[in-house]
Amino acid sequence: MTTRYSFGGDEHIFVECDEEMSLEAFFKGLSITNALREAQIRGVTEICPANASFQVRFDPDVIAPEDMMRELKALEAVAQSAPATLDTRIIEVPVFYNDPWTHETGQRFRERHQDPTSTDIEYTARINGLDGIDGFIAAHSGAPWFVSMVGFVAGLPFLYQMTDRSRQIQSPKYLRPRTDTPRLTVGHGGCFACIYSVRGAGGYQMFGITPMPIYDPAQQTPYLRDFMCLFKPGDIVKWKPIDRAEYDHTVAEVDAGRWMPRIAPVTFSLAEFQADIDGTNARVMEALNGH
Amino acid sequence: MVINVVKPGLSTTVQDLGRPGYYHIGIPTSGGMDMLSLAAANLAVGNPAGAAVLEAVFMGPELEFTADAVVAVTGADLPPKVNGVEQPGWESFPVKKGQVLSFGFLKAGARAYIAVSGGIDVPVVLGSRSTYTLGALGGFHGRKLQAGDVLPVGAGAGKAGRSVPAALRRMPGSPAELRMLPGLYWHRITEAAGKGFFEDTWKVAPEADRIGYRFKAGHPLEFVPREQPFGAGSDPSNIVDACYPYGSVQVPGGTEPIVLHRDAVSGGGYFMLGTVVSADMDLIGQLQPHMPTRFVKVTMEQALQARHDRKAVLDGITSALA
Repeated sequence: MTTRYSFGGDEHIFVECDEEMSLEAFFKGLSITNALREAQIRGVTEICPANASFQVRFDPDVIAPEDMMRELKALEAVAQSAPATLDTRIIEVPVFYNDPWTHETGQRFRERHQDPTSTDIEYTARINGLDGIDGFIAAHSGAPWFVSMVGFVAGLPFLYQMTDRSRQIQSPKYLRPRTDTPRLTVGHGGCFACIYSVRGAGGYQMFGITPMPIYDPAQQTPYLRDFMCLFKPGDIVKWKPIDRAEYDHTVAEVDAGRWMPRIAPVTFSLAEFQADIDGTNARVMEALNGH
Repeated sequence: MVINVVKPGLSTTVQDLGRPGYYHIGIPTSGGMDMLSLAAANLAVGNPAGAAVLEAVFMGPELEFTADAVVAVTGADLPPKVNGVEQPGWESFPVKKGQVLSFGFLKAGARAYIAVSGGIDVPVVLGSRSTYTLGALGGFHGRKLQAGDVLPVGAGAGKAGRSVPAALRRMPGSPAELRMLPGLYWHRITEAAGKGFFEDTWKVAPEADRIGYRFKAGHPLEFVPREQPFGAGSDPSNIVDACYPYGSVQVPGGTEPIVLHRDAVSGGGYFMLGTVVSADMDLIGQLQPHMPTRFVKVTMEQALQARHDRKAVLDGITSALA
């Protein structure tokens, strides 16, 4: 895992922890960005963690780019000795898989898809060797997912499946991006899941929809009153398959301002996860039941 | 006082100097695309440089004033008119209670900045009044203006007849030249493709907005072959989704470069060739579709010099209007 540094113009430094995605690369970025935040270097204006990389924005009128680069490289060594553990939280996200709205949108943009005769969920199940839609839902919702980046648009989480690489669901993006995606679509591209926080363009496969708002600029949703975006990097997500009746009920409860997501505090250790993936996942998901 | 929006123009939004600090959760800085012109308009009407103004693209709005005010229009050459009488650009002029500010046809540039003494007084959201349309955040109800909107304006006392010296009105030439520092994933394309990228004259594509500017008519880029890394996706232009710097130049499929601007998507899975220097971001906001454009390779030292030169222009405007 070689760290690569590059200037993004005169205001950014881009740091690639690894070319390929892994939880190890994510944690390396997380520990360096944490060390950078604590170092409180004058001139640093924004720190943006991503999947296997991160970005620092700085004011070159305050700190010279070469000095900023030197400070950052010095932190890499410090950060590597930090233990890869997180005090975080697990959030249960209800998903109505194979719903009519993403299905309709998928059909509208079918000529932009790898397999125009199929649906996104059937196609992805097939190329991942899963047993149809039910097999896909079991695989998708069976293991928790790690929020490895928040961005693209406001509050959109990128999620990385917490399982060994051979069991990770992978799918290509649409051949050409759609110009429309329903708000709160659960999507997938490469090895990443996402939740579209707003309606708009998108290139990820569409598997379902959640009734749970994750971005509210008006801050009226009870659990988004403190801040308009729900997710932050390091959060863990458990998908909960729901049917149409539960979806409709949840939407009504959300609209009435009565619905709250299930969230529980949890600790995560990369070493524990590497030693026992299924055991760690079981413990993490059990936290939602108050254990 | 308030301003009544009679006609909204094509896409008129409230903007100031932006809301930095939330890019890590996908909320971009927003703010005027041409911040130099935005600051000049404010200073001409006696506002602080970062007061909220209207940014009008290609076509001006029609605005009815309910009290006396002083107005200045900078940036694109979009001739302002008060009750049909043409007014100078880059210079403050009075608008009386009951008068209507409208605009003639666009002659040059792309975005005009309309400053009103006192500033547009929409609520401050996350430290800024700028509109982020994609996230329905800030500005006037998080969207572009519509007919019938009523815009609040703060208290101000500007003077008419204050003009920005002609030498300090910075607009792109033809072809437009955008200075760019190569980097990020520059190594993904071949040496010949890299050379061709800077030699080609590109044209602004119709898909050019506050999120990003797309360019076409150059040669497709040839990639250095590699086995795609895990998680990146199968196209050679794909990377593991990463942050996108403001001004970064991504080239999906290796065909049409996109320069991300103030409403940038904060990250994604396309490789980037480098980044347009901070000093030239203003110029992008003044490019019309089909405008010939060249990317000019610079070093960090040249990028910092350009930044210094831009600051000198802003300082010049500030002292000329003090």
